[in-house]
Amino acid sequence: MAGLHRRVLDWLDERFGAGSIEEFLRHKTVPVNRHTIWFYFGGMTLFLFVIQVLTGTLLLLYYRPTANDAFESVQYLVTQVKFGWLIRSVHSWSANLMIFTAFIHMFSVYFLKAYRKPRELTWISGMLLFFIVLGFGFSGYLLPWNTLAFFATKVGTDMARFAPFIGEWVLVFLRGGPEVTGATLTRFFGFHVAVLPGLATLLLAVHLLLVQRLGMSVPPDVERAIAEGRGKPRWMPFFPNFLLRDIIGWYAALGVLGALAAIFPWELGTKADPFGSAPAGIRPEWYFLFMFETLKLLPGKMLFIDGELAGLMLFGLAGALWVAVPFLDYKAGFSRVTRFFTGLGVFAIGYILAMSALALRG
Amino acid sequence: MIPLVAWTICAPVPVRAQDSCVTCHAALEGSLAEPAKLYDGDVHHSAGLGCADCHGGNPKDESMNAMSPAQGFRGAPKKTQIPEFCARCHSNAAFMRRFNPKLRTDQLSEYLTSVHGKRLKQGDTKVAACVDCHSVHNILTVSDPRAAVYPLNVANTCARCHADAGHMKGYNIPANQCALYSESVHAKALAGGDTSAPTCTTCHGNHGATPPGVTSVPNVCGTCHAFNQQLFEKSPHQAAFTKMGLPGCVQCHSNHEIVKPADDWVGVGEGTTCVRCHAKGDPGYAAAQQMAGDIASLKTDYERAEEVLGTAERSGMEVSSAKMELTDANGQLIKARVNVHSFNPAEVRKLTDEGKKISRQAYLSGVGALKERDYRRKGLGVALVFIILAISGLCLKIRQIDSRTGG
Amino acid sequence: MKNLGREEPQEVQPDRRWIDLLLATGVLASIASFLYPALRYIIPPLVSEPTSRSAVAAKVDELKNNSFKIFKFGSQPAILIRTVDGVYKAFSAVCTHLSCTVQYRGDTRQIWCPCHNGIYDLNGRNVSGPPPRPLTAYEAHVQGEDIVVTRSA
Repeated sequence: MAGLHRRVLDWLDERFGAGSIEEFLRHKTVPVNRHTIWFYFGGMTLFLFVIQVLTGTLLLLYYRPTANDAFESVQYLVTQVKFGWLIRSVHSWSANLMIFTAFIHMFSVYFLKAYRKPRELTWISGMLLFFIVLGFGFSGYLLPWNTLAFFATKVGTDMARFAPFIGEWVLVFLRGGPEVTGATLTRFFGFHVAVLPGLATLLLAVHLLLVQRLGMSVPPDVERAIAEGRGKPRWMPFFPNFLLRDIIGWYAALGVLGALAAIFPWELGTKADPFGSAPAGIRPEWYFLFMFETLKLLPGKMLFIDGELAGLMLFGLAGALWVAVPFLDYKAGFSRVTRFFTGLGVFAIGYILAMSALALRG
Repeated sequence: MIPLVAWTICAPVPVRAQDSCVTCHAALEGSLAEPAKLYDGDVHHSAGLGCADCHGGNPKDESMNAMSPAQGFRGAPKKTQIPEFCARCHSNAAFMRRFNPKLRTDQLSEYLTSVHGKRLKQGDTKVAACVDCHSVHNILTVSDPRAAVYPLNVANTCARCHADAGHMKGYNIPANQCALYSESVHAKALAGGDTSAPTCTTCHGNHGATPPGVTSVPNVCGTCHAFNQQLFEKSPHQAAFTKMGLPGCVQCHSNHEIVKPADDWVGVGEGTTCVRCHAKGDPGYAAAQQMAGDIASLKTDYERAEEVLGTAERSGMEVSSAKMELTDANGQLIKARVNVHSFNPAEVRKLTDEGKKISRQAYLSGVGALKERDYRRKGLGVALVFIILAISGLCLKIRQIDSRTGG
Repeated sequence: MKNLGREEPQEVQPDRRWIDLLLATGVLASIASFLYPALRYIIPPLVSEPTSRSAVAAKVDELKNNSFKIFKFGSQPAILIRTVDGVYKAFSAVCTHLSCTVQYRGDTRQIWCPCHNGIYDLNGRNVSGPPPRPLTAYEAHVQGEDIVVTRSA
């Protein structure tokens, strides 16, 4: 077995220098400290993304992206196709799980200050990936064309209207028309299976390349402890030690997904009726709840600005600040600036949790 | 030339010649000017008739002489004269044929048989005559939604008098019919846009308005509810009610406040309709008990099947065939409810038994679908075992590698 | 945790091979349990298309003139009628009054609901009795040996 493995690698090496890749991988290490647990979340998000691509491709074999057929094709898939229920529920659950792990990955990188020099570009590509992942969630949610999805999309895309100057244009671009119709469905399908995957692949390549080039960051407090002689630097080879642990996590994720699909299958809902009235208590998916609740709580007019416009500007500003944090907190040491940003991060998490809880309650 | 001719032939409103009635009255005040103002909207105006066609006189004469009896002036009729005034044209079939051959011409003869007509003849001017329902000078066709006699508006038109307690004093009939009717399924169906739903005139007649007699009630209701009437007539209740002088359907369903009947009307418990007359020991009591029991147990079986199929469907199982077959059970339940009117428990039982059979089959299909769902969960269990196996293998391997490289 | 530096791997001891065996078994078995559903999934089912938009109601010679058949359309009953002139008509068989299943009566040449005597004409229009709305009309056409009934969006 080992001999065969060696011969294949040698064959590849003679053709495109696989040997240097192999050498590099062999030397890749992961710092071992009390924060190492957070290092698994990037790989987990990547793994769930791969699950999404695989189950999504399988769903593509039966799904039809038109207003007339979408709902029926999902119903057919879930009831007639062998294990269709499994593929569909795994896809829906894994989407939510992936967004959850993306949040954790993003926040853990933030608090461990891994964005500091030289990893600013990794942070930026990661944040762009995060927005793309949210876009995946938003576009995918409409595809089953059920009542909840239809109205959630209506409310969600309505927000675009409030962007200054370009608002109406963005709205029509997103919806494929002034209203949410079958044109919106086809367009969202295009975003979901072609545009966003293309962008995501590009950014992922950049993100992963940078991570390999720059290695794993050691958190500031561990660095300081080592510098002050209070601890020794500890490392683990990525391959096979860290990877095997990664794989355990991935297997556990698969088990969880299977259990969720079999015990809590994702609902079909009722077919969307564009002329029907919205059901009571319509709200977006959980990862948009905090924005939804903020917009609900903002007063209709703030000074001379529209409430919704103010909300959009607030979130735009917050997002821009967040993406720019490597340049704002460029020392990322132990200064007051850094502590401020740590506090900001804690506030952000608290805000998101509080607003989401509020939205769920009322 | 031709366009002008075409315009005059096809123009909807005939070009009116000079009409002195309108010219003078429009310049007056108050109630004297009303007719001139309203008349443009009247259907008679569209037909080309002017003031003089009903009231007589000479519309070409601009002096007060236009209204002299010598010129044929009839004036405004007194209340008691109104029916004959309108009937001068409306009972003349040859005349009416010139305008609308479909219109009936027996309104006056019908009216004379009605309570209103009879009382008017006796000099009671409080009752309704033509203009009270159809209005005057701005009369609209029955199919015009603005008309007071448009099906959706009929109840309110009747209620103008019949719901006015002061107006109805002395007649010895209640004044709450409209209020009761508005609670009924018929009023709600009408409001929902079904203009074939009954309103006051459907059961009482319009021109010949009279409450149906005791023996007529089942016939009147039976014009729509044919099955119920047929079953009732063959049932023991028909003879019994006739002997007691009770109107058939109204006994249980009321006359104006006809609400959606519920299954718990039938039975022997407190508040049921049957125990109003039947007591324990008489055959009617036993019949009610059996019918109520059968219908209730069919409902239970049906709901049980519906529930299990719903659960199966929500779990992602394919149960559309079973669901379709179950709709037949619902059909049996509905037929059983209709058959209550035969008051024959054996007939009802035939239908409920069939319905129960169908429900049980659907229930079994649903249970089968749930078994399939459980098989999936077992499959999941197997996969989980393999996963746990793999994870344990990985943990041990990690320990092995860690210790190996640790030295 | 111990420092995990790089050293030459030792020879795998015989009594440690069972770990490899356990790992291989677990991994292969779990991969099989993932591949099996995926492979069965990509094989198309017997009914190859979502059918709630269309259904095969009958075969071409199945119905005589002036007769009818109740068939399944989605999860609801539908009625296929062959009129006296041989024309096929199809409607939803769910009565608009209280959802009983309607039938076609050759004697009166009308669609009839046995629950409360509701009557529809051969255009599906409610003409008598309690039904408040017409029956939803479907399209029926001949496709080879089959009569296929479809409904629009």
